[in-house]
Amino acid sequence: MSDYITKGFIYAAALIGATAGTAFVVSIATEMTLPPVSGVQRGFRGTGMDQIYTPAALAALQAQAKVPRSLPPASPAGVKASVAYKNVRVLGDLSVGQFTRLMVSAVQWVSPKQGCAYCHNVKNMADDSNYTKVVARRMFQMVQNINGNWQSHVQNVGVTCYTCHAGNPVPKYIWFNNPGPASAGGLTQSEQGMGHPTEIDGSSGLPYDPLTPFLEQANPIRVQSTTALPTDNMSSIKQTEWTYSLMIMMSNSLGVNCTYCHNTESVGNWATSSPARVNAWYGIRMVRDLNNHYLDPLNGVFPPYRKGVEGDSPKVYCMTCHQGIYKPLFGVSMLSAFPELKGPPKTTAMLMDPYTPAAPAAAPEAAPAVPAQPH
Amino acid sequence: MAEYQNIFTRIQVRGPAYAGTPLPPRSTSNRIGTPGFNHLFGRFGDAQVGPIYLGTLGVLSIACGFVAFEIIGLNMFASVNWNPVQFIRQLPWLALEPPAPSYGLHFPPLNQGGWWLMAGFFLTTSILLWWARIYRRARALGMGTHTAWAFAAAIWLYLVLGFIRPLLVGSWSEAVPFGIFPHLDWVAAFSLRYGNLFYNPFHMLSIVFLYGSTLLFAMHGATVLATSRYGADRELEQILDRGTAFERGGLFWRWTMGFNATAESIHRWAWWFAVLCPLTGGVGILLTGTVVDNWYLWGQHHGLVPVYPPVWGAPVIDPATLPGAPQ
Repeated sequence: MSDYITKGFIYAAALIGATAGTAFVVSIATEMTLPPVSGVQRGFRGTGMDQIYTPAALAALQAQAKVPRSLPPASPAGVKASVAYKNVRVLGDLSVGQFTRLMVSAVQWVSPKQGCAYCHNVKNMADDSNYTKVVARRMFQMVQNINGNWQSHVQNVGVTCYTCHAGNPVPKYIWFNNPGPASAGGLTQSEQGMGHPTEIDGSSGLPYDPLTPFLEQANPIRVQSTTALPTDNMSSIKQTEWTYSLMIMMSNSLGVNCTYCHNTESVGNWATSSPARVNAWYGIRMVRDLNNHYLDPLNGVFPPYRKGVEGDSPKVYCMTCHQGIYKPLFGVSMLSAFPELKGPPKTTAMLMDPYTPAAPAAAPEAAPAVPAQPH
Repeated sequence: MAEYQNIFTRIQVRGPAYAGTPLPPRSTSNRIGTPGFNHLFGRFGDAQVGPIYLGTLGVLSIACGFVAFEIIGLNMFASVNWNPVQFIRQLPWLALEPPAPSYGLHFPPLNQGGWWLMAGFFLTTSILLWWARIYRRARALGMGTHTAWAFAAAIWLYLVLGFIRPLLVGSWSEAVPFGIFPHLDWVAAFSLRYGNLFYNPFHMLSIVFLYGSTLLFAMHGATVLATSRYGADRELEQILDRGTAFERGGLFWRWTMGFNATAESIHRWAWWFAVLCPLTGGVGILLTGTVVDNWYLWGQHHGLVPVYPPVWGAPVIDPATLPGAPQ
């Protein structure tokens, strides 16, 4: 009897040991950072404000952030595009030469494989019947809005189509409202918005969609009290987990540690934070503006297969531009070769073709539950 | 050939099964099973297995613990829509969460945190029954109740986290979720919400006693093993009649650090360090959000926070406070 128990224990221990050993080796190989590792000090010594890099990962990012060569500038003289072509609703002030250069560049940035026909009906370039053309026009306005109104975030480096698209018709990193996986429902615990790891929350158990409440809606992100003793701050620990998840997304999107912006002795204190935190603060407001005023209103234009499970528009977040790099394309300004994208846009209204039936700009979809607020 | 080693040993001294000290009949009548021997157990401790005493308290405690375990596990299983593969894959991330803050201290519907309250009730009942069982078994054996009070220190921390502090701040949502990673995320979020727990003096004390416990345990274990060749593992005999093993152990520490605990007092040291870890930790948690809302600012007020010279030029200003800032 006792021999069987002993044998059972040995077999069980061997099984558990083998499983745990395999998991350990796999996790070291796939999840952990292998040496060499180098640190860059960004704050006062002893505060741990270091950025950790591995040469291999950095080389991969540098290879990924290839900047395409800009076409030589075109002469501003000559007939204006709005006169030469029909239905030019944005950028009509450019000369035909400048306009053509920008269109050719846009093909290079967005649809290098598909060419002009990705947006245009090549038999009638003025035709707005491809949804992609309406979206593209809106995106030109959006780029001008970013470069003209959000220098607090993009400074003079600015953005072009390529910053997000990087040669892809749909940018690689977009997001949708995420209602979470199906749960059994009924009397069992309702879906809590957390506990199902995703790329967004950094594979943690934190809320998996911190983007809807903070980057589409404008729920308060700050949770800490500004006084030592309790006053009227009703922020909850659950709410803190939503903010925490948003911060993990930002950290992953920029390929930096928390300490790129925060001195972790007090993550809430501005006086001890790095100037990058101010930049990030404006970035959150910029992304909110883009999602609310440019992406969400295109909901009626996007075909169903471009939308999320909730029927919402594809949206932008930090990763869309940054793609794992603290400054998109390591700070190379493509905008300097394209002053026409500097903006701000002449009009921020949706510009639809007057002779094709305009799809109404639908109101943003009802967003999933926001992090619960205490009352 | 079998030989005795004092780090790992292959020696198993095995006598006839020991039924235990003679006790009044009522306190031993509930013992189950005939004692047997297990070689593997013998490698780690005593090879004798059983007899086991369960009793009413033990049975009730296990039953309540099982109910809590089932409530937690089945709700986790339901959260992946009864998918066994996803249940195993996501198990470390799955949680049974406390109710939303809007419910305060009210009883929420079952699917809105009601199950969490139920699980907490049964788990707490189970733990308290187990505590009573430990206390009563110690009394029945004519022992002191030190184990029960040490366990009570851990229960204090558990109750502060899941019951007393939520009551004081008026919200079940402040309590800890059930789940492997989720309860760790809760810990991180707790510190983030309340301005860095490292500036909480009771958190500091708790860490002192935690690390101190491991240090004392290592020192004590090492001393006993190092002198076991002189019979130090026969501690009781050495306490009653100090022999060369304890003389050498005491001398070692007097030579190396000028002071030594005695064979008996070292256990007092260990007990207090272990017990004070959750006791002080519980006080620290209890003060958080009730008496102090931001430990960093509290620490700044009391001179705990170092001041670092600026490294980025002008200090950073909160952009939300600037005129015309986007909100």
